[in-house]
Amino acid sequence: MKRQILTFVSGFLFSIGLSIGGMTMPSKVIAFLDVAGNWDPSLMFVMVGAIGVYSLIFHLIKPKMEKPVYAEQFKLPTRLKIDFPLVVGAALFGAGWGLGGFCPGPALASSFLFDIRILVFIGLMALGIYLGSIIQLYIPRSFYRND
Amino acid sequence: MAEFEIIKPLIGGMLIGLSSAILMLGRGRIAGVSGIFEGILRPRADEVLWRVLFILGLCFGGLVMSFIYPERFNLETNRSIEMIALAGLLVGIGVHIGCGCTSGHGVCGISRISSRSLVAVPTFMFVGALVVWAVENFAGAQ
Repeated sequence: MKRQILTFVSGFLFSIGLSIGGMTMPSKVIAFLDVAGNWDPSLMFVMVGAIGVYSLIFHLIKPKMEKPVYAEQFKLPTRLKIDFPLVVGAALFGAGWGLGGFCPGPALASSFLFDIRILVFIGLMALGIYLGSIIQLYIPRSFYRND
Repeated sequence: MAEFEIIKPLIGGMLIGLSSAILMLGRGRIAGVSGIFEGILRPRADEVLWRVLFILGLCFGGLVMSFIYPERFNLETNRSIEMIALAGLLVGIGVHIGCGCTSGHGVCGISRISSRSLVAVPTFMFVGALVVWAVENFAGAQ
């Protein structure tokens, strides 16, 4: 039970951070990416704060633990090499992020507003994930360096 | 016009870092929102509950904050609903093929000094900036 509460609390804190930080405002996201126009660097400090806290804990506390408090092992990504799909995927994600001003975390954090824009974004994002898995079948294996 | 802020983004970012660290130290998982969400769409029995709980926490946290701090949930932009729909589709395809988004690559990956994330983050920031520039200059603000 404790580990289930902890997981919920983690998500809860995450969206408190997103909203205090300003990530839940697409206008703020667009202004952050608008380096060639009216650039607003505010959201850079969200990255600084998040990376600062996470890297301290990841590099100083986690190595002292044999395993997570409520799990058998730490599960880190197993793909380690840079490959073509990574770059193309990141580019497509960036295009969508700049076009709409939403990324997955803030969109889901705003889902209970039941705003049509959020619902459309989340619905199409789910469809996109499904489409992505179909597109992936047609990417030649030789483009991957992580298998 | 968005106003420049430092303290609130910094505090918000630290909370995101803390919540991601709780998930790592508590359950040994990367707090990558797109990956966690994808795992719910494509469920594996032993892997669903923690993902649902995290996403529910995310939704409820947002709901609570929308009462406490409603200005932060102002969704107004010059983007049309068609643009937002296309954006959702691109984000979905992109996070699947690129294995992550702003949280998984941007926060956890950069902190772990993952070479894949060190490539993914500048890539999506650059393309994002390019698209914003294109929309602001050629698509015309509605």
